Amino acid sequence: MNLAPRLCFALLMTASAAAFAAGTADSVQVVDPYVRLIPPGAKATAAFMTLKNNGNADATLVKAESAAAKSVELHSHVDKGGVMEMRQVSAIDIKAKGETALQPGSYHIMMIDPVAMKEGDKVTLTLRFADGSSKQVEAPVKKPQAASMSMPMMDHSQMH
Amino acid sequence: MKFLALALAVLAMILSSCGEPAKFNATDITGADWGKDFALIDHNGKPRRLADFKGKAVVLFFGYTQCPDVCPTTLAAMRDTMRLLGADAARVQVLFATLDPSRDTPHLLAQYVPWFDPSFLGLWGDEQTIAATARDFKVYYAKQPGAEPGSYSIDHTAASYVFDPQGRLRLTIRHGEAPERIAADLRQLLAGK
Repeated sequence: MNLAPRLCFALLMTASAAAFAAGTADSVQVVDPYVRLIPPGAKATAAFMTLKNNGNADATLVKAESAAAKSVELHSHVDKGGVMEMRQVSAIDIKAKGETALQPGSYHIMMIDPVAMKEGDKVTLTLRFADGSSKQVEAPVKKPQAASMSMPMMDHSQMH
Repeated sequence: MKFLALALAVLAMILSSCGEPAKFNATDITGADWGKDFALIDHNGKPRRLADFKGKAVVLFFGYTQCPDVCPTTLAAMRDTMRLLGADAARVQVLFATLDPSRDTPHLLAQYVPWFDPSFLGLWGDEQTIAATARDFKVYYAKQPGAEPGSYSIDHTAASYVFDPQGRLRLTIRHGEAPERIAADLRQLLAGK
């Protein structure tokens, strides 16, 4: 059996995949996305995930969209001497070969006036990046959790 | 001789540890001359003061239901803490006092707060009463306008306040503390430490 044609085919596929991966969205990997189940009576919830940038260029998340909420905003939390200040941000950076955690007490995607959800539902979010590329994320709905032990640690890529 | 010296050293260590004050994971504020009481209405419409919970350790948190992250995280941590406490949970009362009394009606608090744990109580007061209570507990809060017209979030102190079963303010728990560490502190307070 001659392996050469197969090898050529494989190389060709790899090359074309690389060619299409020009946008930021393709080099950003979304790890463990979830939407926090909204408690009864509440009118806002949040989506969390870790964004891993496998690319060689910095990535910038500039917008998140979802049909599952009236409005969707990027937010951060700043702990000012024990007072948590939540602010809308215009962008969330993910350094090249780094990762940024969207997690309780830190960055999150705020979903205002969300549709009714139950545990286990899947929510579709579209992440839009500064270079115009975008990525769809399926985030399961999960019951609110206590903050993880690594909590006040923020962006790992900024810890160097 | 060597053995005796070692035995004496160990004994001395044990004895010296007896007199030491309890060590908590949370910030120990024993002796604070503020945050002594409150007079609010619970989510069932019943007037509540601290003395109503005598014999229980009380964890008091100030927040608002439209809070997308900090408040549900804290209430979820307390829900998990109660599970870890097992039978001791019956001697712990978690209170959630709203900083947003115009939007958080007692009716709304009655839906939101017990959803985390049926034993949790929401507390409400009018704007003036809430402002005075926050002042008493050194809780900072300020409305922050949102993107939508008329919408706002609230910047607020994210720590929880813990009273011992005698009703003395003892600890502040920082936001994001692990349920295991909170449970350990509450067990100490319940043991009379």
